[in-house]
Amino acid sequence: MAWTKKTRKTLKWFLWIGISLPLLWLFYNWALLVDEGFNLGYLTSLGFHSLTANPIEYTNRFLGDWALRFLLFSFAVTPMARIFKVKQLVAYRRMIGLWAFTYVSFHLTSYIVLDQFFDWGEIWSDILKRNYMTLGMTAFTLLIPMAVTSTKGWIKRLGARRWKAIHKAIYVIAPLGAIHYFMMAKGNQLDPKIYIGIVVGLLGIRLWFSLQDKTKAAAGKATA
Amino acid sequence: MMLLKNRKSWHIAENQVTPERLYLSRRQIMQGFGLGLGAALAGPLFRAGAAYALPNFGIAKKTNYAGDEELNSYKDITSYNNFYEFGVEKSDPAKYAHALITDPWPVEVTGHAERTGTYSLEDLIDFNALEERIYRLRCVEAWSMVIPWVGVPLAGILKKFEPTSKAKFVRFETLANRAQMPGLRSRVLDWPYREGLRMDEAMHPLAFMAVGLYGKPLLGQNGAPMRLVVPWKYGFKSIKSIVSINFVENQPQTSWEMQNPSWYGFYSNVNPNVSRQRWSQGRERRIGDFFKRKTLMFNGYGDQVASLYAGMDLAKYF
Ligand code: HEM
Repeated sequence: MAWTKKTRKTLKWFLWIGISLPLLWLFYNWALLVDEGFNLGYLTSLGFHSLTANPIEYTNRFLGDWALRFLLFSFAVTPMARIFKVKQLVAYRRMIGLWAFTYVSFHLTSYIVLDQFFDWGEIWSDILKRNYMTLGMTAFTLLIPMAVTSTKGWIKRLGARRWKAIHKAIYVIAPLGAIHYFMMAKGNQLDPKIYIGIVVGLLGIRLWFSLQDKTKAAAGKATA
Repeated sequence: MMLLKNRKSWHIAENQVTPERLYLSRRQIMQGFGLGLGAALAGPLFRAGAAYALPNFGIAKKTNYAGDEELNSYKDITSYNNFYEFGVEKSDPAKYAHALITDPWPVEVTGHAERTGTYSLEDLIDFNALEERIYRLRCVEAWSMVIPWVGVPLAGILKKFEPTSKAKFVRFETLANRAQMPGLRSRVLDWPYREGLRMDEAMHPLAFMAVGLYGKPLLGQNGAPMRLVVPWKYGFKSIKSIVSINFVENQPQTSWEMQNPSWYGFYSNVNPNVSRQRWSQGRERRIGDFFKRKTLMFNGYGDQVASLYAGMDLAKYF
């Protein structure tokens, strides 16, 4: 089942715009907030922002939520392509992954700039002392080499094997992201558990596939 | 950032508490000076300016316990709430709490007291003796507000029931009505929400039972029709929409302590020196400010309440 160039392009734009919408929405609301906070009056007619009375907390959580969603989305691409037998989807994995990295970066930036305002002492002790933040930072750190080596040039330079090894980090990053969320829940919230469930499910599917591949390969050898 | 240094930590306002309208116009004047970005950021960048109608409670006495710190707007106070019975998002209570039915409001009084039974709101609150008190409210999530509450001292209510010498603690419960409170469907906490105070804490003159704010009756999201305000403790101690008062001999279990005893203690006094795993408590963001400010011991009410805890290790009894 070959896709026309047009189909590929349309899907690409569809995904690109869809994934950028939360960020655009956030910027739009910050524009309303700044306009109102400084009494600029340019955007008054557009109404009031939706960032609650504590826009900094809201922004950080909003970005964390979307970072985790897109991270898991990119992690789900390969198994989805296989289950639904649409190999072409894999071509969009890199884009989704880079968007996830973008959201995580904004999430971290909002924490450093908006929440702590560059109070490095406080930031450092938060990351060291608070387990959920230690995990979040670990996940972010592991994402950096993945983002940097995401281009074709890097695949060539590293060779497929080493490149794949770096990108295997997602098997650690996805659970870390979900656990980061799970550990900060104060009560017995459902959402973090759902994310943990999704991660476990995705890991399970991948394990299942790799076991299937192995038995097939073994069977192939036996008949050869 | 205004910290009370050379002032008494509370004073009775000479005239009247500044209504929000005046305070807004004062701010608009300040903004007229054309401040630079940095200076403006240092000021209240996000304060929302919702106009507030004239009070409809008669108020006998007004006391300001927050020095010259600016009040938070009615809009902020009524739109940004933690009230998990209505949902875990800050905006959920304002969205769903209008379904709360507060009239009639029977309150069950039980335990070690001479006059136990079921009382109405009017039995408990003397609506001719309402006071306004401006208190800081410090949430354990490291944000805070300044709120003009309307209500009566808690001690006055509790004394009506004539607690016996066996009453060492008082325990409170929030309404748990599934038809009115959609958040109860998820077991985020072990419902009903419960809180408690040691008897001497409950009898302290700063402990307050609020029925209104900004001169108006409480809205559901703020704990209508009647909620505790214990200004020297983290906000979750100030239990909302109270339907049960129970005088007990032993320290009662409280909801957050049951949920996670290493994060939340029974006392939960505001204490910048004792941080817990989830949050550092040294600083807080006043709603409306960009920069955080230092958190004060007992939320700035140490002069009045520190003696309640004389000799206690506050790191152990957090
Ligand atoms: C892969 C990386 C990460 C992911 C997927 C992620 C995701 C999330 C999610 C889903 C939340 C919860 C939002 C909510 O309550 O609705 C959150 C909160 C938070 N994250 Fe992250 N995060 C990541 C990395 C980081 C890093 C590197 C830091 C800082 C060093 C950080 C700091 C925080 C903080 C402080 C909160 C709590 C916000 C609050 O209590 O209001 N995260 N994150």
